[in-house]
Amino acid sequence: MLDNQPNDGFVVFDRVQKSYDGETLVVKDLNLSIGKGEFLTMLGPSGSGKTTCLMMLAGFETATHGDILLDGNPINNISPHKRGIGMVFQNYALFPHMTIAENLSFPLEVRNMGKAEREEKVKRALDMVQMGEFGGRRPAQLSGGQQQRVALSRALVFEPDLVLMDEPLGALDKQLREHMQFEIKAIADNLGITVVYVTHDQTEALTMSDRVAVFEDGRIQQLAPPDQLYEEPQNSFVAQFIGENNTLEGTIQEIKDGIALVKLDDGSLIDAKPINVDKAGDRTQISIRPERVEINPDLGASAHTLKAEVLEFIYMGDVFRTRLRVAGNDNFIVKTRNRADQQRLEPGTQVDIGWLPQDCRALDA
Amino acid sequence: MTDRSAAETTGPDQFIGATPDNALRNAERADAGPVLAADGTPLKKSLNRALRLSKLRALMLIAPLLIFVVVTFIAPIADMLFRSVENNIVADTLPRTIAALDDWDETTGNPPDNATFEALYKDMYRAVEAKAHTRLGSRLNYELTGMSSLFRKSGRKVEDMGEVFQDQFEDLDGFWKDGENWNALMGTDSWLAAMEGWDTSDKKGQPPFEMRDGLAAMLPQTATAFQDYAQFIQRVDEKNLARQDPWALVYSALYNDLTSGADVSGYTGPAVAELQAAAAAVDGFETVDYRAAFVDIDEDWADPEVWKTVRLYGPNLTNGYFLNAVDMQKTPQGVEMRPENQQIYITLFWRTLVMSLAITGMCILLGYPVAWLLANLPARSANLLMILVLLPFWTSLLVRTSAWKVMLQQQGVVNDTLVWYHSTAVGKILDPVVTLLMNVVIGALNAVVWIWNLLSGIWGAVDVELFTYAALGFERLALINNVTGTIIAMTHILLPFMILPLYSVMATIPPVYLRAAKSMGATNWTAFWRVYFPQSVPGIGAGSILVFILAIGYYITPEIVGGTKGVFISNRIAYHISSSLNWGLAAALGSILLAAVLLLYWAYDRIVGIDNVKLGG
Repeated sequence: MLDNQPNDGFVVFDRVQKSYDGETLVVKDLNLSIGKGEFLTMLGPSGSGKTTCLMMLAGFETATHGDILLDGNPINNISPHKRGIGMVFQNYALFPHMTIAENLSFPLEVRNMGKAEREEKVKRALDMVQMGEFGGRRPAQLSGGQQQRVALSRALVFEPDLVLMDEPLGALDKQLREHMQFEIKAIADNLGITVVYVTHDQTEALTMSDRVAVFEDGRIQQLAPPDQLYEEPQNSFVAQFIGENNTLEGTIQEIKDGIALVKLDDGSLIDAKPINVDKAGDRTQISIRPERVEINPDLGASAHTLKAEVLEFIYMGDVFRTRLRVAGNDNFIVKTRNRADQQRLEPGTQVDIGWLPQDCRALDA
Repeated sequence: MTDRSAAETTGPDQFIGATPDNALRNAERADAGPVLAADGTPLKKSLNRALRLSKLRALMLIAPLLIFVVVTFIAPIADMLFRSVENNIVADTLPRTIAALDDWDETTGNPPDNATFEALYKDMYRAVEAKAHTRLGSRLNYELTGMSSLFRKSGRKVEDMGEVFQDQFEDLDGFWKDGENWNALMGTDSWLAAMEGWDTSDKKGQPPFEMRDGLAAMLPQTATAFQDYAQFIQRVDEKNLARQDPWALVYSALYNDLTSGADVSGYTGPAVAELQAAAAAVDGFETVDYRAAFVDIDEDWADPEVWKTVRLYGPNLTNGYFLNAVDMQKTPQGVEMRPENQQIYITLFWRTLVMSLAITGMCILLGYPVAWLLANLPARSANLLMILVLLPFWTSLLVRTSAWKVMLQQQGVVNDTLVWYHSTAVGKILDPVVTLLMNVVIGALNAVVWIWNLLSGIWGAVDVELFTYAALGFERLALINNVTGTIIAMTHILLPFMILPLYSVMATIPPVYLRAAKSMGATNWTAFWRVYFPQSVPGIGAGSILVFILAIGYYITPEIVGGTKGVFISNRIAYHISSSLNWGLAAALGSILLAAVLLLYWAYDRIVGIDNVKLGG
C-alpha cells in the first residue's frame, strides 16, 4: 500500500489477509513487493503480525486470502519443504542430536547430494562464519553466539535465494548482537541473497536494512529506507516507534504554502510541516526529534520559539539529555552534543527552545 | 568462569559462560597440583568437612525411609533369594547318616551297609520325636518322588525298632522300666536334689539335666542319647523328666555301649549292680538287623537311588533348585537335562521374555501416536486426552482384567459383534472376499514355511494348522485363555507406563525443530524420522524399560486371562510359593528372573546408554 519503491518483485504479497480464529484479522490487506537482493526488515511490536507474515512466506501458515508470489509464482499451495527458502529461527533450532557438520549436511542430504559435494559445501559454509573447526561438536557444546553463526550458515548452506530470519539475535547479549548485525549484513551483501528479517528491535532494523516495513495492527504503517523512516515518519505511530520522539498535542489553525500553523493546547502557536493532516480544525500530534531542538535558538524571525522549564539534566557521555516542561508536556527531551562550550542547565532554569519548521511534523492524532 | 569484568567487555568471539571449552581450560589449570584452602589443608578435605554436616542432615532426613526399605524390602528379598541355595534341612536332620554315607560306594548298585542304617535309625528316631521327618520327606520329594511317603511311613514305625532292646532290658530287670531309676543313674546328685526341690507347678523352672561325671566316657552312646532325650523332654516337650520313661533309642544305645566293650567293672556309682548284671547279660540279647528292619518298613530303603538322593542333597548349600529352575537335574553322574516331558521352566522363561517383548513393542506402536498427540494438541484437548490415558490408573486392575474377559471370551462382546457382522448384508457380501484374501495370505505363509522347511532339510512338511484355520473361515476367535488374551490385556494395562514417559519427553521437543527441518527441504516423513524421532528415543527407552520390567514379573493379569498357554514364569513362582510350598525352587526361579532383568538392563545400558533414558524434561 505504501510500496513506493518499484522493484523486480522477487517476493510479492498481494492483498494478503490472515485470521487464526475467523473473527479477527491478524494481517490486514498486506501488499508488499521485495526486490531480489534486498534486505527487508519487518519491524513492529509483538502482536503486530510481522511474524505471521514471515511464517506465511515460509509456508508454516496459510494465507486466509490473497496471494504470495515467489519469483513470479504463487506459492500458497506449495508445502514448506518445496519452497527452497532458508530460515534462521529465534532460538536457532539446531538439531541437538546431530553434530554441527551433520546439522549443516541435513538440508543437502534431503536434496540427495553426493557425500563429497556435501562435505565441501558444509566446510565452505562453516568457514564463512569462522566456525570451521567446530564441525564435530554438538550444539549444546557451543556458546550462544557460536550457535547463532551455525544456524546462519545452515540456512545458507543449500544456497537459497531467499533467507528468512525470525528475531535471530534476540537471545544474544548486547555486545554480541551488535557484532552479529554487521556480520549478517555483510554476508547477505556478499552472497547477494534476499533477506526478510523480523525484529522488534528498531536499532537492529535501522542498522541492517535496505528497507524497513513498520508493522502495527496487522498493517504496514510505513515502508521506507531507514533514514527516511527516521527523518520522515509518515504517521504518529512510526514517529513514536522509531527512535526517540517528542510530541506536542494541538489543533491545526490553517495550512498554507506547505506550512501548517498549529495552536498547541496551552495556546501557543507554532509552524509545522503537514504530513497526514488535511484541514484546519483537525487534531494533530506534533513530532520533533530531540536532537533537532535547540535551546535558546538563534533561528531567525520566521521560527517560532516556545518557553520551557528545565526539569532534569542527564550527563550521558557523548550527549547531554535535558528533560523540559514544554506546553504542559513534562517529557520533552532535548539532546545536545557534548561540546566544549556547551553549558549545563540547572533544573528550574527558564529557557527558550526552537526548531526549523521542516523538522517539526504535524501528524495524525 | 573467566574474569567477570573481562567478560563484560569482550568482543563476540570471547568464550564466556560454562561452555565445555572453558571447563577444559579450568581443568587444565587445576592440574598444576592440589589446591589448598586458606589454612593450608587440601581444598578437597576442607570442602568435605564443610559438607559433612549437611550430608549428615540429609541422611537423617531419608533415614526413616531407608530403614523402612531395608527392613521391608531388601531384607525379605535377600532372605528369599538365599532360600534358592539353602539346604540345611538334610544335614540338620540326618547328620549321622550323611557322615556314614561317606564310605558308601554307590557304583556297586547295593544299598549302604548296616552301620549307615543304624545311623539312619538314630537320626530318624530323633527326627520323629521332633516331628522333623515329614518336612525332610517333603524336601527330598522335590528331588525324587516317593520320598515323602517313604519318610512318613518309616517315621511311624521307627519307634518300634529299638523296642526289642527296651523289652529285653526290662525283662532282665524291672529296674530299667522306670524313668526315675534312669535319672538316678545318669544325673548328678545336685541335679537330682534340685529336681526334688522343684515346684512342679512352675513349668519353666525345671532344673536342666546334668550328666554324671564319667558316664560319658564309660557309656558314650547312652550318654548322648540320654542327653538328647532329657533335653528334648525338658526343653521342647516341657514335661517333667522325673515322670517320663526314656526313648527306646536310649536302650539301643546302652546295648551298643555294653556290647562294644564298655568297662563297667570299675564303676561305683548308683545302680552299679543292675548295670553290671546288664553288662553280663547283653551278649545273650537278641539283636536287630537295622537294614532288614528298614527294608521291612519299605522296600525303597533297599533302592540305591534313595540313598544317592540323600547323599546328593547332604551339603548345606545346593545348586539343585537352580538346576531344577532351568529344567536340569543333579545325578550322581553329574548335571544333566531333565527328561523331555518334565521340562517346563525354560519354555516358560522364554515365553515370558518373548511375550514381554511383544507387549513392549505393542505399547510403543500404540503409545507413540497418543503421546505425540498429547504433546502437540492444544492444552484443552490434551488435558482431556490425558484424562483418558490416566483413567485406567484409577480403575482397579482386577476390574480392568475382568472387563477384558467379558470382551474377549467366546461368547463375549468382540465375538458377538463379529458374528452379528457376518449376519449383516455387508458381512455376507464381504465375507467371501475376506476369506479369499485370508486364504491367499495363509497360502503364501504356507509356501514360505514349506520353502523354509525345504531349505532346512525337512522335506515336504507344511504347517497344516494354517490350512485348517483358513478352512474354518469365520469361527468364533479364541481371544482369551491363551497368549493372545494375555498380550491384549497386558498391553492395555501397561500402556500408560509407555505413554507418560514418552509424553514427558515429547513435551520438551519444541515444534520449531520440525519447522526448521521442513524449511531446509525435508518432507514431513524425513523431518519426523531424522529430527523428531531421534529426540524422542529417550522416551521410548524409558517407557520400554518400565513396561518390559513390569511385564516380565506380571502375575494377576496372566493368571486371569492367560489360561494355561498364556501364563508367565511369575505364575509358576506363585504356584510354588502358595501351593506346592517349594520355596527353594520359587526363590531360584525368582533369582533367575531378577538376573535376567538386570542382564537386559545392563545390555540396554551398553547398547543405548542409560543416559539416554528420560522420564521427563
